[in-house]
Amino acid sequence: MNEPEIIQSDLTSVLSQQEIDEIDHELSHVPYKSGAAIDALKIVQAKRGWVSDECLQGIAKHLEMSAEELEGVATFYNLIYRRPVGEKVILFCDSVSCWICGCDGVKQKITDLLGVDYGETTSDNRYTLIPVPCLGACDRAPVMMVGDDLVTHLDNNIIDQVFAPNQVKKGSQE
Amino acid sequence: MEKVLTRNIGPDLQPTDLKAYEANGGYRALGKALAELSPKDCQDVISASNLRGRGGAGFPTGMKWSFVPKGDNCTPGHKYLVCNADEMEPGAFKDRLLMECDPHQLIEGMILSAYTIDADISYIFIRGEYVVAIQRLRDALAECYAKGYLGDNILGSGFSLNMYVHPSAGRYICGEETALINALEGKRANPRAKPPFPQVSGLWGRPTIVNNVETLCNISHIIDHGADWFKGLGLGEDSGTKMFGVSGRVINPGCWELPMGTPIREILEDHAGGMQAGLKLKGFLPGGGSTDFLTPDHLDLAMDYNVIGKAGSRMGTGTMIILDDQTCPVGMVLNLIRFFAHESCGFCTPCREGLPWTHQVLLDIEQGRGQPEDLETLAYQIKYIGTMGNTHCALAPGAMEPLQSALKYFYYDFKQHITGGRCPYH
Repeated sequence: MNEPEIIQSDLTSVLSQQEIDEIDHELSHVPYKSGAAIDALKIVQAKRGWVSDECLQGIAKHLEMSAEELEGVATFYNLIYRRPVGEKVILFCDSVSCWICGCDGVKQKITDLLGVDYGETTSDNRYTLIPVPCLGACDRAPVMMVGDDLVTHLDNNIIDQVFAPNQVKKGSQE
Repeated sequence: MEKVLTRNIGPDLQPTDLKAYEANGGYRALGKALAELSPKDCQDVISASNLRGRGGAGFPTGMKWSFVPKGDNCTPGHKYLVCNADEMEPGAFKDRLLMECDPHQLIEGMILSAYTIDADISYIFIRGEYVVAIQRLRDALAECYAKGYLGDNILGSGFSLNMYVHPSAGRYICGEETALINALEGKRANPRAKPPFPQVSGLWGRPTIVNNVETLCNISHIIDHGADWFKGLGLGEDSGTKMFGVSGRVINPGCWELPMGTPIREILEDHAGGMQAGLKLKGFLPGGGSTDFLTPDHLDLAMDYNVIGKAGSRMGTGTMIILDDQTCPVGMVLNLIRFFAHESCGFCTPCREGLPWTHQVLLDIEQGRGQPEDLETLAYQIKYIGTMGNTHCALAPGAMEPLQSALKYFYYDFKQHITGGRCPYH
């Protein structure tokens, strides 16, 4: 078992020991290492906010798969971020029920207020705006997520409240 | 009406913990099954109940389970039960409610289902955005392990089962059961070719059943009360109750448990409160974004699988999306097609290349650049992209359903966009 140890020591410069431990825990649930690819990406992203090229290569090495194959997995999934994101990601629902209930206007309001369009991060690094498939809260449309919080019944007033500087009250946040 | 799926869900939408769940008869069916019923007995009850899958396709659950090799017909090794909690169909919001408010109902149904097919490992594959449901399910699983409802030798029966919550990393296509299995295996979520079907060769090549949240939530009640009771809950030919939802510009959008076969008019007018002031009903998608439009002429139809099927649409998820007379039908279909084009896994050409093409044609029409021949192009696309068998999975044919029916019922709107050179709704 010399070889894995060499790989491990190479990785310590990229992945933290805690990340490696967590990935190794996932490996106990899968019959071969690449089976934990998505879990490993999520573990690293949970610590760092996103998955850099270096981290991707480190994970690939640890899982004994090519970086190219892992990149194919990473870029497939919309909740794996291959570019840096802000402190909170805004997952904005623009699917059909939210569209009928006026989400286009709400999105414009966010863009005007925060100065970002889809895929962009605010200059203070607080928010990244990303569209998301139907969030499954269509009875409360339009909706979005800000970090882990679902915010419903969106209109211009709620957007002002949610993104007000040093905001305390959070609209109809749930 | 007898509340079944929502018996523990109050107006405050607070979660039901183990104590409250047990106090209302929870885990009674599990105790009964493990003590008195064989897996074959459970299989027979579910088959006899005529429960049909609530994820959208409506496939009979008992039949699906019956394909799992059992006893000497199965090579030694794990079998898997997977709950499809990847609710992402546009307009669907029923599974979120069931998981957030009554996680134990799902878990008990899963334990019973796993017992029936002799699975020893189960996963709740849930979309990552459902953070509240993920936490509540994890809390509920911990309660179950502590109480001996999960783990080794459950309630002294000799049956053992481990259950895990597996948050997904995203993508609509993971709701397709073989794509979901690929995602669980850490791969890109491209659907697999069938056969082999997952019941025979699924997760890690082992027998696997994938069932929707709402389907699994029914199981404990059917085991507890029997197939005849379940059949009697439906008003028409389909058994049981169903989570029906309405979204769009109605007075009271929401999700309600109602008998199978409830008339659409009752759902829309009595429960959803009818259209908002100043709006008229123009059409609706009866079961989510990949079902065909129906119109006000269909309001008296019963929400039964075959009744909706005969009317030219599908029951789907049972969550209706309402098109009002001041919302552009071309814009609505454009939104849906954009969604499906974006969510294509990219594996097969008709879907990967065809849906963006359809999107472009619709965008041109909506933005006033449409040409008369565009309608022929759309018909051509519907014919070739919308035919099952031309594509690797059902995503692209599903995407064509709202488009083909919009062209049928709202043809004048499409023509008006083209002849007028603009969207008349703006």
